[in-house]
Amino acid sequence: MERFVQIENVNMVFETRSGRYVALKDVNLNVRRGEFVSLIGHSGCGKSTLLNLVAGLLAPTHGVLLAAGREIAGPGPERAVVFQNHSLLPWLTSFGNVYLAVERVFGMSESRAQLRRRAEEALALVGLSAAAGKFPHEISGGMKQRVGIARALSMQPMVLLLDEPLGALDALTRANLQEELMRIVAASGTTTLMVTHDVDEAVLLSDRVAMMTNGPGATIGDVLDVKLSRPRRRLELANDPAYNRYRTTVLKFLYDRRQAAA
Amino acid sequence: MSRRRIQREFMSVVAMKKENAQAAAGASAGTIAVSAPAPPVSRARALVQAMQREVLPPVMGAALFILLWALVSATTELPSPLKTWQSALQVFSDPFYQKGPNDQGIGWNILRSLARVGMGFGAAALVGIPLGFLLGYVGFLNRMFTPIISVLRPVSPLAWLPIGLYVFKQAQPAAIWVIFISSLWPMVLNTAAGVTQVPHDYLNVARVLKLSPWKLFSRILLPAVLPYVLTGVRLSIGVAWLVIVAAEMLTGGVGLGFWIWDEWNNLNVEHIIIAIFVVGFVGLALEQAILLMARRFRYER
Repeated sequence: MERFVQIENVNMVFETRSGRYVALKDVNLNVRRGEFVSLIGHSGCGKSTLLNLVAGLLAPTHGVLLAAGREIAGPGPERAVVFQNHSLLPWLTSFGNVYLAVERVFGMSESRAQLRRRAEEALALVGLSAAAGKFPHEISGGMKQRVGIARALSMQPMVLLLDEPLGALDALTRANLQEELMRIVAASGTTTLMVTHDVDEAVLLSDRVAMMTNGPGATIGDVLDVKLSRPRRRLELANDPAYNRYRTTVLKFLYDRRQAAA
Repeated sequence: MSRRRIQREFMSVVAMKKENAQAAAGASAGTIAVSAPAPPVSRARALVQAMQREVLPPVMGAALFILLWALVSATTELPSPLKTWQSALQVFSDPFYQKGPNDQGIGWNILRSLARVGMGFGAAALVGIPLGFLLGYVGFLNRMFTPIISVLRPVSPLAWLPIGLYVFKQAQPAAIWVIFISSLWPMVLNTAAGVTQVPHDYLNVARVLKLSPWKLFSRILLPAVLPYVLTGVRLSIGVAWLVIVAAEMLTGGVGLGFWIWDEWNNLNVEHIIIAIFVVGFVGLALEQAILLMARRFRYER
């Protein structure tokens, strides 16, 4: 098995005012190139912490993280992050937000026209060409999140890291964007790691779902292989017995652990 | 707040206009207009209502103020509003005359005061805003300077005047020095506070993009902190304008503060009252100018 992202024996301990808090304990996970893996678990179980470790925004207390065979020593554009709350810069337009990323990654080697084209293509990929000149406060939450995705993809990252990218959206927008996300990821072929607490989202989008136990000392309890053919359509899958079996497996895993979370 | 109200009022007027237009269009197309057309008086009524809400209170406030002033002046030696007004017309009829160093027009007085404030405030901005960025960004420097600033900040600006006079041996730079020191703190503190309150998300974006220090500053820190900087600038200008009158009273030369003191010596109380209003209006104008600028740089989230 090719291991594109390797997480090996990772422990994460936070020094808090009330003492040491062991957030993650002995986490092991490998992600193949081009694979879509979801991290699911109860809130506070440390799934975002694990994602931030892969992003390099945090450094593990113990253990090693590697991407494409190299140790992850800090954040970088080759591991692009889509943050939960979009994190667009409010003083830049949609285009400006994407361009900032494009310019940083390709500015050394490409002309301004080429850079502009990259930013335009990224916005076109998420269907936002018309909103390129709009500022974040002028567009809807779903559109902001799509600009965030365009910004991440425009960097042509090795790994795309999604931190509950659709968590703050209403159910309808969310369902639309899930389908769009599948299309976009399939088109770009990017290796993707996504944090979510939505069972349907995890099963629908992922090749594998890593289910995390509750903290403190959270770890990956089980990994579910989702062997559904692509492209997947939500409506068709609703009555698919295999889909429902996967769904039930994840639900049962989470349900069995609800006590500790409450 | 009040601006928004005016806007709302305006919108409702526009909406009514539309309604009228639609009703008219319906009638001309030969259809039977079932809904009664909006009464034509409603537009005028909306305007009158807006006037009542926005214009009437301040006018009444000013009238009450002048009335009280007139009552007080009738029973004391204070010049009456009318007498002051006549004197003001005279003062402003020739604002730029020059009869020697101690007798110049009101225009010169205002300009000289503004120039002093501009120099002192400008120097304070040049020092204070970069210093604020440093203190906000480097925690060590912040902890290093905060105690000193905490001690110096509450000191009355005029307490610095003798130090200025002693060091510069001249009145003019000493006055500017007082403006400098008194308008320095709000800019330092607000800028520093702004830097520490840059949302963590933006900094994470910068980290993931691995922005260069210059890009980090120009694309993220500066725009994020600018509203705080402008708040500091507004407070500083306010303080500087407050202090200039007192500083000029003590240092002399041409300027509003000196003019007030000079007219006190001449016992020309009308001119003193005129000067008070001039100081007030110029201060208001300065503040509004900065607010206007700040609005340009406010980003809705």
